[in-house]
Amino acid sequence: MVASLVPMGARVLDIGSEDGALLDHLTRERRVDGRGIELSQAGVNRCVARGLSVIQGDADKDLSDYPDQAFDVVILSQTLQATREPKQVMSELLRIGRQVVVSIPNFAHWRNRMQLLFRGRMPVTKYLPYEWYDTPNIHFCSLRDFVALCRELDADVDKAIALSAKGNKIPVSAPWWVWNIVAEQAVFLLKR
Amino acid sequence: MSADTRHPNSSEALKASESEAPSSRLATFAEDAPLELDSGTKLGPWQIAYETYGTLNADRTNAILVCHALTGDQYVASTNPVTGKPGWWELIVGPGKPIDTNHYFVICSNVLGGCLGTTGPASVNPSTGSVYGLDLPVITIRDMVRAQARLVDHLGISTLFAVIGGSMGGMQVLQWAASYPERVFAAVPIAAAARHTSQNIAFHEVGRQAIMADPNWRSGKYFTDDVRPTKGLAVARMAAHVTYMSDESLHQKFGRNLQDRDNLTFGFDADFQIESYLRHQGMTFVDRFDANSYLYVTRAMDYFDLAEEFGGSLVNAFKDTKTRFCLMSFTSDWLFPTSESRSVVRALNAVAANVSFVEIDSDRGHDSFLLDVPELFETMTGFLTGAARARGIPAPREAV
Repeated sequence: MVASLVPMGARVLDIGSEDGALLDHLTRERRVDGRGIELSQAGVNRCVARGLSVIQGDADKDLSDYPDQAFDVVILSQTLQATREPKQVMSELLRIGRQVVVSIPNFAHWRNRMQLLFRGRMPVTKYLPYEWYDTPNIHFCSLRDFVALCRELDADVDKAIALSAKGNKIPVSAPWWVWNIVAEQAVFLLKR
Repeated sequence: MSADTRHPNSSEALKASESEAPSSRLATFAEDAPLELDSGTKLGPWQIAYETYGTLNADRTNAILVCHALTGDQYVASTNPVTGKPGWWELIVGPGKPIDTNHYFVICSNVLGGCLGTTGPASVNPSTGSVYGLDLPVITIRDMVRAQARLVDHLGISTLFAVIGGSMGGMQVLQWAASYPERVFAAVPIAAAARHTSQNIAFHEVGRQAIMADPNWRSGKYFTDDVRPTKGLAVARMAAHVTYMSDESLHQKFGRNLQDRDNLTFGFDADFQIESYLRHQGMTFVDRFDANSYLYVTRAMDYFDLAEEFGGSLVNAFKDTKTRFCLMSFTSDWLFPTSESRSVVRALNAVAANVSFVEIDSDRGHDSFLLDVPELFETMTGFLTGAARARGIPAPREAV
């Protein structure tokens, strides 16, 4: 889904590359000039060993090194909720990329709401499997929260795609408040 | 003006002859084709000794220049004629190895200021007919790279597919990328830095002072008297060798183990294995390296500060670079620590360069880049494969 938002031959920075699956796909299928940043050294080493240009780095600390508008597309997949300063990170993304693709889990998904409402416990689902005390996800938000942040940062939401847990596009059109309940995650294409 | 010659091995006085007439290939440049040095002087005639492995393809796009470290040489993957030992990087360079000579054409030259065939302080000064000694102008890393660029010209190669090296070799890689960005498609500086730190300079100064304190050094004119400052050079090597290892690796290898004895002797013999090991390292080193060469090459490293050449900004050194970079560092390397590589990465990010950076977990210190470290091999293979794909030349993994 993220890949479909990236134009052919674009200069791309993928933040949170993990084992490089997305970057590899983009390099092969979309012929991008791709770079990656990955937090875990083991992940970086795996990426470089498969021929991808990836450095060890931290979205909170290392984005300030890059020049303005250095990339056609900057991608942040399922990582924003794990950053220390999501607003600062978002603002850096919008500075270094002409377009920004962000995917986030939706904390306001109905299953999470139910767990909080009926069990009175922090939600633990297959998709968000951590307990509150060991989760790397320290800044959850709902889709509506995220859209509000974009507005605050003067970012235009070019596209927004609601997804199921498996990453499939939810094939019905619905108003945002519905998606904020039924979508487990969403992908946003932003510009400033 | 240059010519290629290959000299046959002679068993007599092999070492002395290697600095003048090396067993390897040799490119010679006449007085009217001098090398202009950072010191402002011109060096000529001069020569550069080198080895090649593999075959240059028809498009001349598969050439890799390997740059050696302080005491390395051109024999990266072939037997060193002085020591009779295998090439210093045979783990990495060869058929089917990470730098696969079945696919890449590998060039490795002896550095300017070295003592295995490239013009250095042990070479004969053509204007006096006697050995240069300290009459050779001081050499810099950029001078070494200029000499290599002349060799690459001589070989008819306009763009190198990759320039690769560890430690001082990595300094040369960074200098190549800064001086000749359009001639370097990919650059792999390993366990390197864009400058020599105060601590690095300090260790080198200890080594140089050990050489100069040897009465046989004779202000660098030992060749005239046919003596060698071997004790001083051995001490220099011993001190340096410690900096190439980590506390952890020394502890694992030697601990406080005694050498061929059960008890302390209450004397100053080599009671401990580590002492015996270092003495051996020092003694074998003097058989293959020239003391003045050690002064020149360490000086070149000390003078290296790439940012300074670009108005104090490392970012400017890489402005508009199209080169693909892959940096590697090792966790236990305290001589060229990860932080040094990382500052190069930061400068490359500032120009949005194509850069990979891998810090490899190894407890074997700075020398890790020369050792059997699988992650180093995997990174090298993977990076070169990706770069070959981008360059449009067949990569080993994808070849049929």
